[in-house]
Amino acid sequence: MVQDLLHSSPGLANFGIFFLLATVLLLVILGFVTYGILAERKVLGFMQGRYGPNHLGGRWGLLQTVSDVLKLLLKEDIIPKAADRPLFIIAPVIAFAPSFMVMATIPLTDNLQFADLGIGLLYYVAISGMSVVGFLLGGWASNNKFSLLGGMRAASQMISYEIPLVMSVLGIILLTGSLNLNEIVAAQEGVWFILLQPVAFVVFFIAAVAELNRVPFDLAEAENELVAGFHTEYSGFRWAMFMLAEYVYMFAMASLITVVFLGGWLPLPFLGFIPGAVWFALKFSLVVYILIWFRATFPRIRADKLIEFAWKVLLPVALANIFLTALIKELLELF
Amino acid sequence: MIRTEEMLLNVGPQHPSTHGVFRLVLKIDGEIIIEAKPVIGYLHRGTEKLAENLQFTQIIPYTDRMDYISAMTNNYVICHAAETMMNIQVPEKAEYLRILAMELNRVASHLLWWGTFILDFGATSPLLYAFRDREMILNLLNELSGARLTYNYMRVGGVKWDAPEGWLEKVRDFVPYMREELKGYHQLVTGNEIFLNRTKGVGKYSKEDAINYSLSGPNLRSTGVKWDLRKDEPYSIYDRFDFDVVTREDGDAYARYECRLAEVEESLKIIEQAVEQFPQEGEIMAKVPKILKAPKGETFVRIEGARGEIGCYIAGDGKKEPYRLKFRRPSFYNLQILPKLLEGENISNLIAILGAVDIVLGEVDG
Repeated sequence: MVQDLLHSSPGLANFGIFFLLATVLLLVILGFVTYGILAERKVLGFMQGRYGPNHLGGRWGLLQTVSDVLKLLLKEDIIPKAADRPLFIIAPVIAFAPSFMVMATIPLTDNLQFADLGIGLLYYVAISGMSVVGFLLGGWASNNKFSLLGGMRAASQMISYEIPLVMSVLGIILLTGSLNLNEIVAAQEGVWFILLQPVAFVVFFIAAVAELNRVPFDLAEAENELVAGFHTEYSGFRWAMFMLAEYVYMFAMASLITVVFLGGWLPLPFLGFIPGAVWFALKFSLVVYILIWFRATFPRIRADKLIEFAWKVLLPVALANIFLTALIKELLELF
Repeated sequence: MIRTEEMLLNVGPQHPSTHGVFRLVLKIDGEIIIEAKPVIGYLHRGTEKLAENLQFTQIIPYTDRMDYISAMTNNYVICHAAETMMNIQVPEKAEYLRILAMELNRVASHLLWWGTFILDFGATSPLLYAFRDREMILNLLNELSGARLTYNYMRVGGVKWDAPEGWLEKVRDFVPYMREELKGYHQLVTGNEIFLNRTKGVGKYSKEDAINYSLSGPNLRSTGVKWDLRKDEPYSIYDRFDFDVVTREDGDAYARYECRLAEVEESLKIIEQAVEQFPQEGEIMAKVPKILKAPKGETFVRIEGARGEIGCYIAGDGKKEPYRLKFRRPSFYNLQILPKLLEGENISNLIAILGAVDIVLGEVDG
């Protein structure tokens, strides 16, 4: 359906349909963020021997995040006197906008995708790289020493980890011969890439956690060292924008891992009667759960070790993986 | 023209990882610390000066507020000093109650340290596990003394309350429970690669440095000096128990971590034995005069607290109040090595080094 629309002539009606669809996707993502945060708090509580939210909205705390967001919206908007005002205001937006833009290429099911780009994977990596500018600007514009350190850490970390992230999926691109996410999913009809490319999966997952700024790679906002890193001075809705960006990225990254390694909407054998969207949601939830699990288990890695790990461990492993994949592919074609 | 310059960074007094109102003025180059200057005194309440106008029984609650994580040892040191000065013989049962209270409190203190130390590295779960187990100790101490943190339990000549019915059984059950939990602690944290990375070789100092800086407690024993007042200068009835003095050789943050967790096990041994030997009959207070008068002269006693040697010096001039009271507060002394350790380290290591020292600001500032 979306494909037909994309190829139809531009017009007011089409614009309306796209606008509506975008709004629906926005609501889905915001819904995820709302309940993703709740799930994170509940799962963390479960792992740490406590309850988590259990007052607002019944015993599951279903309205907790909603009220949190409401509180943030109603808070006084504080901009520090010494801050660089225009940059301070624009930084959360720069961090936040790309996180929604990357969602466009993710194929949620075989016919629900907003932009079927030929270079979907490349688009994702390129656009998500823009967010770091927002983090860096936020840290710089706050005119706070802790924030500056946090912003610098964010920049060096995200730039370092983008390289193994891209390198690890090159093996898959070699196997499928395409950067199109739809074709990558279709290529997993027989066997998922997590089985064909386990090394790539591990490297990608680690780099993804680092890209998401989550434990054990949450150095940029290490509250125990840098108070809150780049968003120390942010409060109210501006702070919420940073947090929103972070959780939307979590949504996007979990979707990408599902699509690239876990076969997207494809069902397990003999279970094809369950619709693709359910499969996608299940796999996606599993990835999110593992991310939360990480947070409950790991301490934070040290800044210098973090960079060392990216360049000295992840990158060589990813390169070796590409080499081996190419070699095996050639040999298989030979015989 | 582009140039780089050093930055002055204030860590604290309001900072999540200074464990209280402690301030560090850092001169940093990027993330490397060039110079660190600790600033203390934000929690100074003048305990020693206040004590000059108070009777001995009235001083005890003030000592609770010094090292509020292990208040029982502070209670003990002032009582012990006064008893030594006035030649009061404490009944056996009171001694056992004191030992139980102090060792339970030592375990609670080390647990809190364990949780917050790992929390400084960004892992939240251990803190909650530690608090869950510490809560059981606080409940035990609550049943014994009626308070969870500032106990005011000991008196000159004994203790205020006898153990309530069934309390000893609860303590007995707690020991195997805690041993089981400790295994979990080791599983979760001790072998973790990231944790090892962040503590091994960090904040290292030599045996000589430790002695020169007058460090004590686990901070001293982590360098291989076998010195524990419970063993080397036994006070109370510590000579009746069989336990080891834990030492490690490396003198880094990881050695201090291992030392403290092993010390918890040793404390559990003492608790176990004390419960076994506990006399059912007997007084909990010695016969002491209604009004205690410090005789003319000076006394100094020292005991092994959770953080190191707590000393208490009393100068008396025959009045109800001490003429001068002075505490040797281990956190204050342990903190002095910090500027030396921090030089040339980066900010991430600062947290590990400061955390491993285990300070309580109430004690540092007095």
